[in-house]
Amino acid sequence: MAIDKIWVLAEVADGKPITASLELISHARSLAGTVEAVAWGEDTAAVAGTLGEYGATVVHDVGDLSGALPGAPVAAALAAAVEAGGGPDAILFPATYDGRDIAGRLSAKLDRPVLTNVVGLNADDGGLSTQHAIFGGQQNVTAHFTGEGPGLFVIRAKSFPAEASGGGAAEVKALEAPDTGATNGARIVARHVEERTGPKLDEADVVVSGGRGLGQADQYALIEELATLLKGAPGASRAIVDAGWVPYSHQVGQTGKTVKPTVYLACGISGATQHLVGMKNSKNIVAINKDQDAPIFTVADLGIVGDVHKVVPKLIETLKARG
Amino acid sequence: MNVVVCVKQIPDPAAPPSLDSGTNNLSRTGKLILDDSDAYGVEMGLQLADSAGGGEVTLVSMAPNGETSGLRTGLAMGAAKAILISDETLAGTDALGTAKVLAAAIKRAEPDLILAATESSDGYTGTTPVQVAEILGLPSVTFAKKVEVTGESVKVERQTESGYDEVECPLPALVTVTAGVVEPRYPSFKGIMAAKSKPVENLTVADLGLDAGQVGAAGARQEITDVSAADARQAGEIVVDEGDGADRIVQFLEQLKVL
Repeated sequence: MAIDKIWVLAEVADGKPITASLELISHARSLAGTVEAVAWGEDTAAVAGTLGEYGATVVHDVGDLSGALPGAPVAAALAAAVEAGGGPDAILFPATYDGRDIAGRLSAKLDRPVLTNVVGLNADDGGLSTQHAIFGGQQNVTAHFTGEGPGLFVIRAKSFPAEASGGGAAEVKALEAPDTGATNGARIVARHVEERTGPKLDEADVVVSGGRGLGQADQYALIEELATLLKGAPGASRAIVDAGWVPYSHQVGQTGKTVKPTVYLACGISGATQHLVGMKNSKNIVAINKDQDAPIFTVADLGIVGDVHKVVPKLIETLKARG
Repeated sequence: MNVVVCVKQIPDPAAPPSLDSGTNNLSRTGKLILDDSDAYGVEMGLQLADSAGGGEVTLVSMAPNGETSGLRTGLAMGAAKAILISDETLAGTDALGTAKVLAAAIKRAEPDLILAATESSDGYTGTTPVQVAEILGLPSVTFAKKVEVTGESVKVERQTESGYDEVECPLPALVTVTAGVVEPRYPSFKGIMAAKSKPVENLTVADLGLDAGQVGAAGARQEITDVSAADARQAGEIVVDEGDGADRIVQFLEQLKVL
């Protein structure tokens, strides 16, 4: 299967295409002659400029979903386009909540497999091969997709850099969503945005994360204070998110955000594979943990074997004194 | 209200995972246990059936070698019965093949609500639940952090990148729950004893009316060409805090010009 045309799912948040989608469009340029985006929402024309700048020549617009969750209608629109012929040879999805929903439904509709947790995608003998990080990123699996096209790939954030190519605005083309019947029953009735001060977790230059070693929920305030002092974002391990100490949006790891900051500061985090896969590609890692055998130290550039309740307050004090 | 909970029986996460050297499939030869992520769905199912004032929870699982130990855990928590699909032809089945099998089995239970984890702890593809929903022609809401059933619909607080959405969806539907959505109960001694005599229906691929070519390695349409260890990160400097830990971190941050 020669790869001529790739479609990329372009999710839009706060009026802009998300970075993970721009990463995929950028990388797709190196794999195929034609790269096109698929988007939905009230005003797709408003993002056509940015999508074009990163390399999409066309944006297929599914239109406003009237509060429906995107999974069913966007998958139906994509399936119809594929079945009509002349569609893409591969479709790339960012590994977001909606990206996974759409990819999963499309896979079932087309009866084609979807390859997930992809961290690398290359052209090989007339097709595509994928890299998958497994077991928390300790091993890499390379796989060759052998099925009939289009190949469906769900790709983890920050697998590729987002690089503008200086293209003009993408041409907006309507993509009809056929009747989806009962599958399209879910409606968003209200949205809640958690207040955030400082940079976004997955875009911050410094991330300070806390884990079970903090002992109790109120100690997370230390993490927030340290993050603020370093102009960074506070993160968390799955253990303390599951325990209800902090919201899920703070979670770094397999089931949470993938981060690649200049500095990742892990406080009281043991370093379960679940967590490592989300942060081990940070440029620099500092870990504080009282257990010197904690796996987090295997990835740390600087490891402090000590009590977070002593080291972190002292660090806060020192940084405050510097002003 | 009848609830089906999809559960996966996985190798003990405490033991290091490995790939079968011949097939590159995840090695699943040892003892399997209930995936921790699924305990939340079981608990949620029990609570919803309870507050609806009737109905029962049925577990559905696909596993090799007739494995039931994880199912017994869910039954001990309070599920009424289980359906297990175990068949040699299922070795190497991918997420979509799994979804076909689970969907065919779930159909037999005629549930009002299907619950699943957002993803398993061993393979974590995270697509199987929505594939099940699509095959069954049902709506779905993924990443629920709160689930409430009122009459003919389910109300969900769905996790988003920046907070959460309130989502309403008519039943029957499929919902995936995040860990932490409820606190799973520990099976009581009475529950564990009762679980031993609860019914587990054993099915094969043929029983479900599925064609063997749709499942197993043949259905996966993916060829593993290489498995290698990832580049290990260079181990850094590990120091024991002698009261100077904070200063060491400050120096490190200064070197990086973060300060």
